[in-house]
Amino acid sequence: MKRRALFGGVVAVAMVGLTSGVVAQQPPIKIGMSMAQTGGLAGGGKASLLGIEIWRDDVNARGGLLGRKVELVVYDDKSSASETPAIYSKLLDVDKVDFLFAPYATVPTAPLMPLVKQRGLLLMGNFSFQVNSKVGHDMWFNNAPWGPADSWASAFLDLGQKAGGKTMALLTADQEFAQNLALTAREVAKKRGISIVFDQAYPPNTVEFSGIIRALKAAKPDIVYVASYPPDSAGILRAVNEIGIGDDVKIFGGGMVGLQFASVMQNMGSLLNGVVNYNTWLPEPSMYYDGTKAFFETYTKRAVEAKVDPLGYYLAPFGYASGQLLEQAVKATGSLDQKAIAKYLHGNEIKTIVGPIAFSADGERKETATLMAQFRGVVDKNVEQFRSQGKQVILFPDQFKSGDLISPYEAAQK
Amino acid sequence: MDLLLNAVVLGVLLGCFYAAVSLGLSVSFGLLDVPHVAHPAFLILASYGVFFLNDSYDIDPLLGGLLITPLLFLLGLAAYRLYYETFEKRGSDAGVRGIAFLFGIAFIIEVLIILQFGVDQRSVSASYIGKAWRIGEMRIPVRLLVAFAVASALTILLALYLSRTFMGRAIRAVAQDQEALRLMGANPVRIKQWAFGIATAVLGIAGALLIIVAPVDPTLDRAYIGRTFCVVVMAGLGSMTGTLIAAIILGVAESIVLSTVGASWAPAISFAMLLGVLAIRPQGLLGRRS
Repeated sequence: MKRRALFGGVVAVAMVGLTSGVVAQQPPIKIGMSMAQTGGLAGGGKASLLGIEIWRDDVNARGGLLGRKVELVVYDDKSSASETPAIYSKLLDVDKVDFLFAPYATVPTAPLMPLVKQRGLLLMGNFSFQVNSKVGHDMWFNNAPWGPADSWASAFLDLGQKAGGKTMALLTADQEFAQNLALTAREVAKKRGISIVFDQAYPPNTVEFSGIIRALKAAKPDIVYVASYPPDSAGILRAVNEIGIGDDVKIFGGGMVGLQFASVMQNMGSLLNGVVNYNTWLPEPSMYYDGTKAFFETYTKRAVEAKVDPLGYYLAPFGYASGQLLEQAVKATGSLDQKAIAKYLHGNEIKTIVGPIAFSADGERKETATLMAQFRGVVDKNVEQFRSQGKQVILFPDQFKSGDLISPYEAAQK
Repeated sequence: MDLLLNAVVLGVLLGCFYAAVSLGLSVSFGLLDVPHVAHPAFLILASYGVFFLNDSYDIDPLLGGLLITPLLFLLGLAAYRLYYETFEKRGSDAGVRGIAFLFGIAFIIEVLIILQFGVDQRSVSASYIGKAWRIGEMRIPVRLLVAFAVASALTILLALYLSRTFMGRAIRAVAQDQEALRLMGANPVRIKQWAFGIATAVLGIAGALLIIVAPVDPTLDRAYIGRTFCVVVMAGLGSMTGTLIAAIILGVAESIVLSTVGASWAPAISFAMLLGVLAIRPQGLLGRRS
């Protein structure tokens, strides 16, 4: 650190020498990250980055951190895990950034964990799922509201059981993230005495889901837990709407990735009705905190220019919250010392635009704030409808709840 | 039993759809020996064309497919001319380099689609999408029935074209013996170019069916390379009715495996069947012994 400070001083002196007449300013605080701006994760990555950029502009308008401007150093990781280790080494050794933010998503983040653990660096996670569970780095903080690993499945199965569900069907993509969800779902089901009557993983590039849905329907489950990926979510819902899924089904959905993004929701339109799915932020009255409204006003304007997700509910406010976490910890400790900041984040609850955040020892949220919400009254080809309250009614967790589950699923489809 | 019957019916419908997307390749690869790995990319391009017409002008996807057919025909002519001038003309080892060239074309198409339409998946709307036809307990998605009807019609038309018209026969002749054709004063390159145009033109309708059956995204072509080549090789290179039969067998097998053994096994089935057919009948189901 000393050497870096010295180097910073030298640069500052040199700058004064070069630009005579300009008042010497302290160098900016640099935050480095890679972000998916091309490739499969680009849709999410761009929205997330915009959230972080809005925080940067806000914090600089407030006078920066410790009187220094905040600067972002961002590289495109092309959605690929093979790119990120080199990018982060460069950020540390060449760009000499002061803090690291993780890239969007689990897979690009995973290879960074050994690096930050070895070097004892703070890493602000960005929507990864359980990347720290085996590494055990005590300076990792995830901005996502996931909470404990099994809370996802518990929340969904709870709702199903309350609606009278006793049997479960599990339909998952044959891919790591979905399989992780399936694993916890099986464990939770076992604990609660829910019997699994159908358990299938479908391969990537499945064209037609009518056959699978028909087999699922024949198993007559009460609860249908689906962990699917964006290209397939549409195919599954289409087949379900055509073939029907039986009037036994109390609740359908859970872990369908893609249904959080504006373009996908717009595409699927009324097919979404009745589906109960996870989310992170929704425009329900219970979700507004200090600064949330102002954030979305800015985001909505800037999203048009940046050509990113026009709604930006899923990732963008959490990108902003990452910045807020750092901002408050730096202000409270009055330093850039990463160990002190990590200690502060572990010991204190921090107010953000997505609500108060408290971390447990593994750097995930102490309690889950992952939403389970039911789509209602959605019409075709209209993205603006999702801005109004009541299109996605929050069923879980209780502090955000904005309505009750409509069950069975077939009744809720109308 | 009910489930099995369901699976068979669905498999036949799905198979017809597979046939529709493979027919063009059956001409270009089966008859013309062009290792056309860019075939699925052209297919996705056609789907996006249909999407554009549907989204901007509210044109029915099938009508849209017909409208872009002449454009695709011209594109096919141009693509073959380019392929011929740069590779085929130069002789023997062109095959492997030709594949690399066609892969390149596929990637370029993919990127162009991304630049124009973005990475999101797209779908079309039409009155027959999202509805099901009920027969007793069975419910059949209407979009698959449409795919079935159109694919069968397309196969019959193409088979008739190749066997009854002068140009069709010429195309089959050029596949059998190029030298003989040349000796009779015909220009095999022009005939092949025409055939390639036809092979690309049928993608208009096939692309429409693709986007009717499921949403498309720019990289979907990669999923169809294996499937379409499997159908064409299994059919016996260049046989249109063989293509239909092979595709139906594949569809039914996949569908039965899907609803009995498990979804993860379905893709393995295509290739296991291909290996099986090649072991017993190397010339394919309806292929001629060469």
